[in-house]
Amino acid sequence: MNLKIIGAGLIALLTFAVTPAYSEDEKQRASTGGAQTLDDILARQKGLEVDESFRRDNLGSSDNAQPASNSLGTLGGFSSSDIYRGIRYAESDIKVSNNSHASEILVQDGGMSWLLTREGNVRAFAGYGIGGIIIALAAFYFTRGRMTIEGGPSGQTIERFKSFERFGHWCLAGSFIMLACTGLLLLFGRSVIIPIFGHEANAAIANFSIWVHNNIAWVFMASLVAIFVMWVAHNIPSKLDLVWFAKGGGIIGNGHPSARKFNGGQKLIFWMTIVLGTSVSMSGLSLLFPFEMPMFAKTFAMINTVLPAMGLPTELLPHEEMQLAHLWHAIVATTMIIAIVAHIYIGSVGMEGAFDAMGDGQVDLEWARQHHDLWVEEEQAKGAPIGQAGDVR
Amino acid sequence: MKTMLAAFAFTIAASFGAYFVLSEMGFSSEEVQSAPSVRLD
Repeated sequence: MNLKIIGAGLIALLTFAVTPAYSEDEKQRASTGGAQTLDDILARQKGLEVDESFRRDNLGSSDNAQPASNSLGTLGGFSSSDIYRGIRYAESDIKVSNNSHASEILVQDGGMSWLLTREGNVRAFAGYGIGGIIIALAAFYFTRGRMTIEGGPSGQTIERFKSFERFGHWCLAGSFIMLACTGLLLLFGRSVIIPIFGHEANAAIANFSIWVHNNIAWVFMASLVAIFVMWVAHNIPSKLDLVWFAKGGGIIGNGHPSARKFNGGQKLIFWMTIVLGTSVSMSGLSLLFPFEMPMFAKTFAMINTVLPAMGLPTELLPHEEMQLAHLWHAIVATTMIIAIVAHIYIGSVGMEGAFDAMGDGQVDLEWARQHHDLWVEEEQAKGAPIGQAGDVR
Repeated sequence: MKTMLAAFAFTIAASFGAYFVLSEMGFSSEEVQSAPSVRLD
């Protein structure tokens, strides 16, 4: 008798010992009636990947339909939980009375991660990034001072940019500054404006900001195209740019590195503006026309073709497309703002004589020789007129 | 400086222009996303 009990005990122990791990999951699921387990909840809270198939695919079946006399009969084999799961995972055939397919998605759980990313990492990037570059430039200014024209201005001037070039530049600059300011007001409205000025003020500011942002964006996009057409030929990278970067634009060593119309740093700003400006415009158009210009699924599919290891999702719900467009828009725009703050510094207080190039278009000849010596030679060979400082134009 | 101020003035004017053109084209979300059975006004 004892031997039988011991034998049965050993068999039971062996059975438990060799039972696969998933059986534990199944047992846990069985204990919750097939619903998610504590492990599932904890894994989700930690941001781990959770296999949702046990409920995503558990949507009921008309094969199990109960007779009409049964309490479940009217649902035709689908319980309320089955129907809710279908809604939860966007698997149900929802009919809506408006024109947007996005409205057929009643529950989409990417909203929280979008909100947390926007309020967390995106705001931190914008705050620390823009604050950091301003502090760094202020530190540079107070330690190294303003970059002056060596030997002082010559008093003679040469035309650096024609009026249509300056017009295009200032359309781009003016619209970008307004877009940056209104974008930051929208990004930091809840965390900065509401605590200081209250909800009413933030509502008015946000309304104004989104109107300006949506409508001035067209000027930005048009002038971005104009800038590209006007200056692309002068911004083709060359070996001169490598020398320019090696000398830090004149900060390292003696003398100014040679440059044509645009030096290495200006070419970097140009291509950054064109590439990031195009990207921010694309995501902006996606936001301007909600759910009508989804582009992330297609972009991810292209990236996966080149880098299969990335394994990016290629099937995105309409709301996920909008959430990604919104985050990408903020990240790219912030990167541009950081770079443009440096550009504004060097084009204004950072360098003597630099603003004149975009001010009235006439720069001091000595300034031009020091920063764009090869361009001056080309212009003088073409017979460019030399003016006098203070000439009325 | 005149060119800069002209560009800023153009930017503001073009923004209002964009607003009116888009409004005429039925740009607003209520017009884009509502079915014909919905009365907006």
